[in-house]
Amino acid sequence: MSNIPADLRYASSHEWSRQEADGTITVGITDHAQDLLGDVVFVELPEVGRSVSAGEECAVVESVKAASDIYAPISGEVVAVNGALSDAPELVNGEPYEGAWFFKIKPSDSSELDKLMDADAYGASI
Amino acid sequence: MGSRTPLYDQHVAAGAKMVDFGGWDMPLHYGSQMDEHHQVRREAGMFDVSHMTVVDVVGTEAKAYLQYLLANDVGRLSVAGKALYSGMLNEQGGVIDDLIVYLTAGGYRVVVNAATRENDLRWMEKQAEEFAVTLTERADLAMLAVQGPQARHLTAGVVSDSRAAMINDLKPFQGLAEGDWFIARTGYTGEDGLEIILPAEQAGAFWDALLHAGCKPCGLGARDTLRLEAGMNLYGSDMDESVSPLAANMGWTIAWEPAERDFIGRKVLEAQREAGDQPKLVGLVLSERAVLRGHQKVVVEGVGEGEITSGSFSPTLGLSIALARVPRATGDKAKVEIRGKLLDVRVIKPSFVRNGNKVFD
Repeated sequence: MSNIPADLRYASSHEWSRQEADGTITVGITDHAQDLLGDVVFVELPEVGRSVSAGEECAVVESVKAASDIYAPISGEVVAVNGALSDAPELVNGEPYEGAWFFKIKPSDSSELDKLMDADAYGASI
Repeated sequence: MGSRTPLYDQHVAAGAKMVDFGGWDMPLHYGSQMDEHHQVRREAGMFDVSHMTVVDVVGTEAKAYLQYLLANDVGRLSVAGKALYSGMLNEQGGVIDDLIVYLTAGGYRVVVNAATRENDLRWMEKQAEEFAVTLTERADLAMLAVQGPQARHLTAGVVSDSRAAMINDLKPFQGLAEGDWFIARTGYTGEDGLEIILPAEQAGAFWDALLHAGCKPCGLGARDTLRLEAGMNLYGSDMDESVSPLAANMGWTIAWEPAERDFIGRKVLEAQREAGDQPKLVGLVLSERAVLRGHQKVVVEGVGEGEITSGSFSPTLGLSIALARVPRATGDKAKVEIRGKLLDVRVIKPSFVRNGNKVFD
């Protein structure tokens, strides 16, 4: 069974989103997604400062098996990316919800977060 | 539900992620494909390859039959136990399958791919009509590959003394029968190792003994990255019925001599060789942080275009490698289109890793 933390929001394309105290949204991919991908070997991250719209492709995960696009779950500006993933892409397999966050977005409309699934809905969808 | 090998329960017990492969339920990995890959390069791993098709060929014309059926010449097999890799071609010189044939005490043993089983058997039966031969598919057998620098040592430790002695004496690409087992020093990884064909009902106990001795189970995922690093073709990806062996790095498996030996596809291959017009299968190495994949376009400046036939990340080298079919005039540089960008790749002979080491400069 996949691990699906109750305090996160989820997109149908398997990104998780976490609202931080400073209002930014941290984004990564779910345990289920990393399990489907298998061993991750490269992660291509967006530029800091880039504006993204909800649903826009903004990162790529390459596993031994396949390449997979990562979509922005919410509109806004990319304010940070996780450089650790360049050196240790396997973090995505080992700790998808902690060390392997992908990027942080400063949302242009935080109400978009409510359109994402909660843990129960995501769990039921996979 | 797909077909199950005699080792299905062992896979489930070892935590395998099972996938469909040519109608068979097979293990993709048992946790990490990368760990399994390294395990084979550094120590030893075992693969269930019981889905592969074993066909015994006997009869007074078995040799003549195989000399007509295959592009390589079984006449080169002088003593029992010698093995030969060959393409089985159609009349147009396309590859119906690639296979290994062993000379045995009573005839020949042929091992073909699982995904091509029905087509192969139909073709082999059809060609056999003109010869005094009998083909027997051995669905009663299981097949295990134990691969890696420690593979022979580990295996010798869990079998009878006579089998252990045979394993120690086997030469590369040699296979011999011992009782109802057939043990060959062959494989699909670029490492030393064995392929063992044994009665299906003995496979589970043998697997368990190897597991207990420290041999780790490895799935189809690692099998694919290992064979790609070794520069070995995968049927259906790197060649198929529309591809000449000359365009698939299989030129060395065509026995042109003796010239009077007629084999299926010979005339077309001779014309192709004369014309020198076939593309070639090469190795590609990418140093940027991306992964080469099958069907990506290869651009060779001033020459033309080609296509990747197999690509992946190489766990041993830490970068991406591929096999690609490109125009014959391609030199040592090309570009590959990945997500709209053209990235530089090196073009090398299609072999990347052997016995744990990088084999190109």
